[in-house]
Amino acid sequence: MANKITHTQVYVLDQDEALDFYVGKLGFEVNVDADLGFMRWLTVNFPGQPDRQLLLERPGPPAHDEATAEQIRELVTKGALGMAAIISVDDIHKTYKELVAQGVEFTEEPTERFYGTDCGLRDPFGNPLRIGTPKEGPLEVPASIAATEFS
Amino acid sequence: MSRAVEESNRRMLRARDAMDRDYAKPLDISTLAGIAYVSEAHFIRVFRATFGETPHRYLQRRRVERAMFLLRETDRSVTDICFEVGFMSLGTFSRTFTDIVGEPPTTYRWRAADLSAVPACFMKAWTRPSSFGEARSRQEG
Repeated sequence: MANKITHTQVYVLDQDEALDFYVGKLGFEVNVDADLGFMRWLTVNFPGQPDRQLLLERPGPPAHDEATAEQIRELVTKGALGMAAIISVDDIHKTYKELVAQGVEFTEEPTERFYGTDCGLRDPFGNPLRIGTPKEGPLEVPASIAATEFS
Repeated sequence: MSRAVEESNRRMLRARDAMDRDYAKPLDISTLAGIAYVSEAHFIRVFRATFGETPHRYLQRRRVERAMFLLRETDRSVTDICFEVGFMSLGTFSRTFTDIVGEPPTTYRWRAADLSAVPACFMKAWTRPSSFGEARSRQEG
């Protein structure tokens, strides 16, 4: 029976630049960096969590022909591909200040919500990420938001 | 060529992110074009080619979306909300809101208030367009 997510993937335009950001700024560490010949298999994880990896994949041959790779790169830079990750931190206000000082591009300041305090940012290529401190305990979804979501 | 498109996209996205973030501030085209490092005329043309609508329209939709939220979730006055989301006049706000949402702010608020008081399953059934002619008979009655 399937029981665990071990890897998810995000498209990056340049794997070295991706390492600068995901490792150098967000605090991931490299899990595997292997030249497979046809691709550079590059995964990162948070310290102490080696069983939950993020694959930093560069679009291109042989997985994609050059025209398709170009389309993927265009969508990434438009911010139109999926969210790279939602990340939790102990103290979002502290982390926010540290990342701003390192030049990380935020799309939203830390904002209090019913599920906790979180904010939005982009990786250097345009992929959206969210980072925040979730509330503890069971969540109560506000009735009005729930109702309007179904309208 | 492709690298140029990617860099252009990324800059347009940065300007769009600024609209999402700072919609309540008086954002003008020269500020946004500055964020994207291009001239104003170039910015309007390339933004539209990139995202399918003009930067002005994108900003209007962002502001109206925030206004819809505040109309639903708070009891603040329409005038208050108009200025809160970055519009400079009530007339422009009402016209733009109606154009985008299909009904004026006050009507939207009444309907949203009605809807939030009932469970979602009932609301879905009640608001489904009907083919039995009730709406017409209500209007005539």
